[in-house]
Amino acid sequence: MLSVEGLHAAYGRIEALDGVDLEVKQGEIMSLVGANGAGKTTLLMSICGAPIVTAGRIVLDGEDLAGVPMHEIIRRGVGHVPEGRHIFPRMTVLENLRMGGYAVDPKHFSADLERVLALFPRLKDRLSQRGGTLSGGEQQMLAIARALIGRPRLLLLDEPSLGLAPLIALQLFQAILGINRDEKLTVLLIEQNAYQALKLADRACIMVNGKITLRGTGAELLANPAVQAAYLEGAA
Amino acid sequence: MPQTGIVFRGEIPARMTIDIFLQQLVNGLTLGAFYGLIALGYTMVYGIIGMINFAHGDIYMIGAFVALIGFVVLSTVGIASVPLAILIVLVLAMFFTACYGWAVERIAYRPLRGSPRLAPLISAIGMSIVLQNYVQIAQGARTKSLQPIVHGQYSIDVGQGAHVSVSLLQIIIIVLTVALMAGFTWVIRSTPLGRAQRATEQDATMAALLGVNVNRTISITFVIGASLAAVAGMMATLYYGVIDFYIGFIAGIKAFTAAVLGGIGSLPGAMLGGLAIGLIESFWPVFFDLAYRDVAVFGLLILVLIFRPTGLLGRPEIEKV
Repeated sequence: MLSVEGLHAAYGRIEALDGVDLEVKQGEIMSLVGANGAGKTTLLMSICGAPIVTAGRIVLDGEDLAGVPMHEIIRRGVGHVPEGRHIFPRMTVLENLRMGGYAVDPKHFSADLERVLALFPRLKDRLSQRGGTLSGGEQQMLAIARALIGRPRLLLLDEPSLGLAPLIALQLFQAILGINRDEKLTVLLIEQNAYQALKLADRACIMVNGKITLRGTGAELLANPAVQAAYLEGAA
Repeated sequence: MPQTGIVFRGEIPARMTIDIFLQQLVNGLTLGAFYGLIALGYTMVYGIIGMINFAHGDIYMIGAFVALIGFVVLSTVGIASVPLAILIVLVLAMFFTACYGWAVERIAYRPLRGSPRLAPLISAIGMSIVLQNYVQIAQGARTKSLQPIVHGQYSIDVGQGAHVSVSLLQIIIIVLTVALMAGFTWVIRSTPLGRAQRATEQDATMAALLGVNVNRTISITFVIGASLAAVAGMMATLYYGVIDFYIGFIAGIKAFTAAVLGGIGSLPGAMLGGLAIGLIESFWPVFFDLAYRDVAVFGLLILVLIFRPTGLLGRPEIEKV
């Protein structure tokens, strides 16, 4: 569905991606694990058309995305839950969700709203509250719900568990797995919470300094001693 | 702007009578309509891209000129119906002025997106000079005038033999402004376009990540701001009957003051600020020397900025990130 070939990206003279190759298949959960500054967020933003790519190709459903503007890439079926959630703080929760459906035929909205509220019932009581007043966990749920209302075929999740209580993070991962199973949604997940991310993943990659250094199924990487030493100490 | 209505120069009335109060209220509302409509353009653009569009006053001036040309052309082709003429000119002025607003953004601001904040500001001042000189060359530097075309004056008895005079034009101006502001508020609050504008204002990258064409949304913001300024320009042409290439400067500064007074970035704030400045300008000469009217307006601005830096309706930035 998505393939990334020899991708280089840079912020000014600082190289953030140094030749990344990645293939995400229809219907799978692909996890990307790496330390801070490994280039994970940069990779997701590059897929969405941020003007930082210096070389390489990104192909979505057989079409090269070079030069396609961000909003157009989104309209082709990519949903993005960015790092830090990026809720519109002065819009109500309902308005945030309506923004999620901005690029979708409005006739789907009420059914889709019901669907995501069933997934995150906490949001139901908060619909008329301003986004900026939600707690961190609620904002994260809202960010995911907002992306889902956009009816994506490929969902990019950037550190969804960041700053969440472990129990809430667990619920969130279960919700992601549920959406993947029930709606055949393809997911590309970035996490520092390596244990959860690898457990969830069909396939996974380890990223170090702008390069992918290790690939395998989630289970394989979980069992890999080098991965355990670097990312899983004490987690399992 | 020329002063209208009752003016007491250097002479302080013993007390404010009801007829003077109502008269200046009507005059102040009319002035406030002008300032409010122009201020909306400043505040919208500031909200969405964080820059002061110093060429906006000149966009208003362009609107006034398009309206003047429209009225002259319509009278030569012999359209006698005044309401029809106003309607046609209104649409024409909004359309052409919107084109100017769109072009200014496209030429002078969009290429500078992402550069330091000072760059588009300087570019805006440059654009203001360009527009003034363009109109000066194309239309001449002399003041242009238009014969009054909306007649009708109502004298309302307010008791004790006192009268308040309201012109039909003042009624048109106030009604039109209120209708436009109501419609505009509805668009921003409740339509997908308005939501996209607010989303772009709050977080442009995230808006793009939800499929909003950010550049187009910014263009539409300039187009809406320019069309509102065009309405103010047309009303100025009718109300004052004289315009020149320089009217955008002082009206622009006053409207900018209105926007800051109300809280720049806040749409109700711009309307309230416009109203406040209109009322101050009309009531000031009742009590004090007319010569100090502008001092009063800008003095109030300074006071507000000292004691309430976010303006009357501006919001202090306390938000969970």
